[in-house]
Amino acid sequence: MMEKMVFGRYIPGDSFVHRLDPRTKLIFVFIFIAAVFLANSTASYALLLGFTLFAIIVSKVRIGFLIGGLKPVIFLIAFTFLLHIFFTKQGDLLFEFGFIKVYEEGLRQGIYISVRFLVLVLMTSLLTLTTSPISITDGLEVLLGPLKKIRFPVHELALMMSISLRFIPTLMDETDKILKAQLARGSDISSGTMKERVKAVVPLLVPLFVSAFKRAEDLAVAMEVRGYRGGEGRTRYRQLKWDWRDTTALLILLLLIAGLWLLRR
Amino acid sequence: MERILSMEDIRFTYTPEETDKPYAVDGVSLDMHQGEWIAVVGHNGSGKSTLARLMIGLLFPQEGTVSLFGDALTEENLWDKRSQMGMVFQNPDNQFVGATVQDDVAFALENNGIPFEEMTVRVREALAQVKMERFLDHEPQHLSGGQKQRVAIAGALALRPRLLILDEATSMLDPQGREEVIRVILELREKTGLSVISITHDLEEALLADRIIVMNRGRKFAEGTPPEVFARGEELTSLGLDLPFAARMTGLLRERGLELEETMSERKLVESLWTSRSNG
Repeated sequence: MMEKMVFGRYIPGDSFVHRLDPRTKLIFVFIFIAAVFLANSTASYALLLGFTLFAIIVSKVRIGFLIGGLKPVIFLIAFTFLLHIFFTKQGDLLFEFGFIKVYEEGLRQGIYISVRFLVLVLMTSLLTLTTSPISITDGLEVLLGPLKKIRFPVHELALMMSISLRFIPTLMDETDKILKAQLARGSDISSGTMKERVKAVVPLLVPLFVSAFKRAEDLAVAMEVRGYRGGEGRTRYRQLKWDWRDTTALLILLLLIAGLWLLRR
Repeated sequence: MERILSMEDIRFTYTPEETDKPYAVDGVSLDMHQGEWIAVVGHNGSGKSTLARLMIGLLFPQEGTVSLFGDALTEENLWDKRSQMGMVFQNPDNQFVGATVQDDVAFALENNGIPFEEMTVRVREALAQVKMERFLDHEPQHLSGGQKQRVAIAGALALRPRLLILDEATSMLDPQGREEVIRVILELREKTGLSVISITHDLEEALLADRIIVMNRGRKFAEGTPPEVFARGEELTSLGLDLPFAARMTGLLRERGLELEETMSERKLVESLWTSRSNG
C-alpha cells in the first residue's frame, strides 16, 4: 500500500538537479510557482511546458515516477478543463452537440489551466523526487532562519520534522507488526460495514499510540543525555554548499521569467 | 588512580510523598576508578537502571551525593559533566536521532558546539572504533539491532567520554548482535582504557567485568570480582538471578559426585572435564 505513494517520495540519483543545494531548489520552485501566473498567451504556456520538460530531462528522473505522481491530480485537471470548456462562452462557436456548446475561448482557457496545473504539479514533484526529505528540512531551516528574530522556533520545527521523518519507517514496521498480531487474534479490517471497519482499526491505533509515546519518552531521555539543550550554541553537521550549479539554476530561472514577460499578450 | 565516579549513601524514590513505599535506591555507595569496568546486575525492579540514571543526572537523589570526576554533580555543572560521559540505552530504535548513521553520531557533537571540521574527523574516528565506518550514509531502518547499538556507542564515543554507561544495551539484541557489541566494548577498553559501567541481567556479560555489583530491592546485595560474587551461588539464585552456564553446570556435576574446580568459563569447564575423565 505504502509503495504506491509516489507524491512526496525521494528517488536517489546523481543529476544536475539532484546535486543542487536544497535552498536553491526551494527558492526555485517557490518563484517558479509565482512565475507560472505570468503566462497568459499560447507562446508563454508553451515556454512553461517546454521548460518543465527540460527540467525533467536534466533531472534524469524516470517519466514513470512522475506519471505515477500525477495520478491523484489527473481528476482535478480533467475537471477544471471540462469546467472551462462548458462554461466559458466567448469567441467563436467551435461545435455544438445538443445542449453542449464549445467555444474557442473556452477550449483555450481549458488548455491553459490544465497546462498550468500540470506544470505546477510536475515541478513540485520534481523537487520532492530529487531532494531527500532531510535535505528539504535543512534547506527550510536555513531559509526560515531570519524568523528566529521574531522568536519563531525554526530550529525546533526543523528538528521535529527530521525526527518525524526518521520515525516514519519505524512506526510503519510497528503498524505492520500490530496488524499481523491482531489478524492472528481474528480481527478483520478488510470486510464488514464501514462502521465495523472503523471499529476494527481502534485495536490497531491504541497499541501504536502507546508505543509511540514510549518511544518519544525514550528518545527525549537519550537526547538529553547526549547534551541536547535546544538550538542555542549548537553547530551543524549537515553543511549546505552553494556552488556554480546553484547560480546557474537561478540564472536560468531569471531567463525563464524574462521570456514569460516578453511572451505575454 | 583517579576516582571518576563516587556515590555516597544514595537514597532515591520516585514517590517522595508516599512515605510507606520502599525506596527505589536505598543507601547505595559506590566508587569507581579510571579504566575500571563495573557490571551492575539484578532482576527487574532491583533499582539498577535507576542507579544508572542517578549517575548521569537524569534523576537527582533525595539523600546522598553523586560525584563525577572529582566534583559533586549539581544542576549547574550537569551539562559539563554529561559532555564527558556517554550512555547507551536498551532499545536500539528509540535512541537513534539522526536521519543517517553519520548524523546520529554527530548529534552529541552538534549539541556541544564542536566546529564542523572537527566533527567530520571525530565522526569517522568514532565509527571506525565500532567498525561501522562503511555505513556512514545508511538509514537506521536498514541496520540490524547490533549495528544500531554500535552506532549508539559511536555516538557516545565521538564526545571522547571518560565514562561509558550501558543501560541494558544488549538485552534487546539477538545473540549475534550481543556478541558484536560486547566484542566492540572489550576492544575499546583494551585500546583506550575507557571506564565502563554496564547495567545488565546477562550474567555472561557481567563475567567480563572487573567488579560486579548485585542489586536487590534498591540495596547493594553483593560486590566483588566475578568469581567472588558467583561463589555465593545459592543466594544469587534466591534473588532470581541465574548463574553463568558454566557455574551452574559445575554445580550440578559436583552434586553428581564429580570432582571439579569451581569455574566461570565454559572453556575451563570443558578442559577440566576431559582431563578428569582421561586421568580416570
